[in-house]
Amino acid sequence: MAEGSERDGGAAAARRRPAAGDRGAPAGAGWGTMALALPAWLVLGLFFLLPLVLMLGVSGAERGVYGGLRPIGDLAAYLRSGAFLASYRQSLQALYLGIAWRSLWMAALTTGLCLAIGFPAAYALALHVPRRRRGLLLGLVVVPLWTSFLIRTYAWMFILRSEGLLNHLLLSTGLASRPLPMLYTGPAVIVGLVYGELPFMILPLYAALERLDRTLLEAAADLGAGRGAVVRRVTVPLALPGLVAGVVLVFVPSLGQFVVSDLLGGAHTMLLGNLIQNQFAVARNQPFGAALAFELTAAVLLLLGAGARLGGAGRKTEGATVGGRRAEGWDLL
Amino acid sequence: MTRPPRPPRPPHPPRWPRALLATHTAAVYLFLYLPIAVLVAFSFNRARQTAAWEGFTLSWYGEMLRDERLLGAVRNSLLIAALATALATVVGTMAALALAPAGSRPARGRRPTEVLLLLPVILPEVVMGAALLTLFGAWRMRLSLVTVLVAHVVFSISYVALVVRARLAGLDPAMAEAARDLGAGAGEVFRRVTLPLALPGIAAGALLVFTLSIDDYVVTSFVAGVGATTLPLYVYSLLKAGVTPEINAVSTALLAVTVALIAVAHRLLRHEPGSAG
Repeated sequence: MAEGSERDGGAAAARRRPAAGDRGAPAGAGWGTMALALPAWLVLGLFFLLPLVLMLGVSGAERGVYGGLRPIGDLAAYLRSGAFLASYRQSLQALYLGIAWRSLWMAALTTGLCLAIGFPAAYALALHVPRRRRGLLLGLVVVPLWTSFLIRTYAWMFILRSEGLLNHLLLSTGLASRPLPMLYTGPAVIVGLVYGELPFMILPLYAALERLDRTLLEAAADLGAGRGAVVRRVTVPLALPGLVAGVVLVFVPSLGQFVVSDLLGGAHTMLLGNLIQNQFAVARNQPFGAALAFELTAAVLLLLGAGARLGGAGRKTEGATVGGRRAEGWDLL
Repeated sequence: MTRPPRPPRPPHPPRWPRALLATHTAAVYLFLYLPIAVLVAFSFNRARQTAAWEGFTLSWYGEMLRDERLLGAVRNSLLIAALATALATVVGTMAALALAPAGSRPARGRRPTEVLLLLPVILPEVVMGAALLTLFGAWRMRLSLVTVLVAHVVFSISYVALVVRARLAGLDPAMAEAARDLGAGAGEVFRRVTLPLALPGIAAGALLVFTLSIDDYVVTSFVAGVGATTLPLYVYSLLKAGVTPEINAVSTALLAVTVALIAVAHRLLRHEPGSAG
């Protein structure tokens, strides 16, 4: 959406440039306008870039006896000894690899379920629902994104716990003879994740499907393609940018989250996000936490790069869709 | 934006089993809204422990309003959200203006600025929280509402910049040109043309940031010290302690506020020509 209008605006501006150019925009070109970005550079430089650099340093340090950092005497010798990689090496232990693996497959499962649930819904919204009712139905997909994430997760605690609504229903209908343990399990985490992330899958899919040229579907059918073939060979390929955006939008946050797994999961559902949070809040092992944070960051950037390459041939996928995770919901409101 | 409606066409050729799709879509909406509805309904339930319905009551709301710690947390959250919104809206809007004239003036330093603004949105919140905690630790800054405010401003700037920039990109550059042709100086063009046209976008960005700030748990949990409890932090502590009907009441109240905010936002954006949606 946003990138579409931006492209149009850019093209229009480019066409008019000669006329505007000779009058010259006072204080416009060059560094002039960019000075407006100075406060942002100042704030984000000081409180975002600098912290990241500091944390990179911390990830190479050693944990002190009381939870701080051990002072490094001879930096050159320290670097030569390779000790600065200790925390990264620690993260390769079987225990932590297991947690990373669990995070990956839980994020993958969440993404797969969101896709399976979200694609037909987005398809119906874009191609079957009459235009005048689309706005409302789309708005209803967006509204949950604006309500508190904590509360939406809590709703599932309320439903799934042993004295919860679902168990109450199961017991009173005689479907179960004693409360089933549902909360604090892996499936509960998956349900919570799918619940939280589903709109982020539906929205970009809808945007892509709504844009596609329906005459192509008709042409395919005219040429003898069956229903399944049309969807598989025309609809899905054309909706690919939206599909990739949705997958990235769901997978990346699922990979790094720790709230859902903390509230709905148990001891066996610790994810990377929980592990990182733990190192800073409980274990007081900042170097290890910092190293894990950078490994997670690297994974996320890698995924985003792959996503941008797959879905964004010439389009600013990273900027307009991933960047506008919340902003996108706003555009559609 | 979108193509004009097509003339009536022959029945949709790839005829998906429509009934099945419609049922599925209805189920998706049920999935999205049933948990919330249940939460709201049970905030009026008399039962304390069970999920059985034992009659209507407003007593949990009374309990909520008497909870001093909750009220303190709400005050903290409102204060932080208001300040963070004000600061981030100014800084973010300025950044958006720096980036805005898409293609018209190839400004230097645009690409790095774009990346700078994108990074905070892309990186996992855990990473941002951990990085900020590292910084505050290195500076020996006591964790307080001030550190929370700093964190909220940091993650909010990008969202304002993104929303405002999308709005600015949708504006017709002919407007500003016309004003210049009629003799307006750069300042006047900005004050009397660009800013009024961008205002709905700025308001939208501000509202977005306000809700993000009110709702943030992850980053805040890293940088909030003793006595700097915000509403999400307090709610989280309640959730960890166990489910009580009071949480349902708090949730319902929060949902009501959110829905009201959405209604306001919707009105703000609805009559915008050339809106991004």
